[in-house]
Amino acid sequence: MTGIAVLDTLKVVTDTLSHTAAKSGDSGWIMHHVMDGKTIDFAPFGEFHVPQLPIIFGIDITPTKHVFFMWLAAIILIAVMTFVARSYKKSLIPKKFANFFEIIIVFVRDEIAKPTIGNSYEKFTPYLLSVFFFILFGNFLGLLPYSSTFTSNIGITATLAVFTFVMTQFGGIRQNGFFHYWKGLIPHGIPVWLLPLMIPVEFLGLLTKPFALAIRLFANMLAGHTVILALIGLIFFMKTIFVAPVSVGFALFIYLLEILVALVQAYVFTMLSSLFIGMAVHQDH
Amino acid sequence: MDLAHLAAGIGAGLTVIGGGLGIGKLASSAMEATGRQPEATGAIRTSMIIAAALIEGISFFGLVICILLALKA
Repeated sequence: MTGIAVLDTLKVVTDTLSHTAAKSGDSGWIMHHVMDGKTIDFAPFGEFHVPQLPIIFGIDITPTKHVFFMWLAAIILIAVMTFVARSYKKSLIPKKFANFFEIIIVFVRDEIAKPTIGNSYEKFTPYLLSVFFFILFGNFLGLLPYSSTFTSNIGITATLAVFTFVMTQFGGIRQNGFFHYWKGLIPHGIPVWLLPLMIPVEFLGLLTKPFALAIRLFANMLAGHTVILALIGLIFFMKTIFVAPVSVGFALFIYLLEILVALVQAYVFTMLSSLFIGMAVHQDH
Repeated sequence: MDLAHLAAGIGAGLTVIGGGLGIGKLASSAMEATGRQPEATGAIRTSMIIAAALIEGISFFGLVICILLALKA
């Protein structure tokens, strides 16, 4: 009975995929899975349409697929961190679950914040921890079946990069004073006639850093999922089942690589944010 | 299928060649440095990951342009 049900389900999946692949060009169904949309897919069991909200001032504020999963990650993050924080009220020695998170938190504090920012790193550690765990939870949530990676949305990564930019500027201004901070962006001891060239270059350099942060996270998370779907799509593209072992094997390999990438990208985003903050706070070196 | 798709494919290939060469050179130097000075492994690994992320970011700029080209056509 269950065997037949599984076979039926498989047939529905293959039919749906090959139908979509035939209908919408070569890569339409991949884009449908990777990009943001107004439906949360539970193929082959149907899909969930997000309730539409009215358009306010010409802006559509309906929550999309990525927004839904971002809220989900935020709720999980708040629940987990509240649990971890509560466990310290019972005893200062953390138990199993809290101990695991203490290792990661201490890693972010001692290996990322302390060496790159130096003294006054305590002020920026809460922000770095928040952004690290938010990206980490988002990346791992995207690896679960039927979910969607919200960190592969350029809007969300750009917002995170803007947060880092604001933290960098405010941290630098608070430490060095407003005028001294802007003056310190230009290297010391350069000739006056170079200033018209150096000021635009340094200003562009200021904006390139958050831009690169946003593009890096977005492209890394998008690339892995696209490659997995393209490998699976090879089976339908070649219309033979003998490609399937190779395809599934490679897809599994990329999936395991994605677990590594999910960790590394959260680390890299936090590390570079911390580095930029450190460069703004201590301008003299 | 037109010239934009061809350009996107060639561009993606060239970008990957550049990024691969850069990260390969970086990793080889880091391995050598670790071999010469094993006590500095942690510091070398940290600076290697930062530099690798910067190189990767540059190659992703190229890849995003390729994606835009492929989607536009």
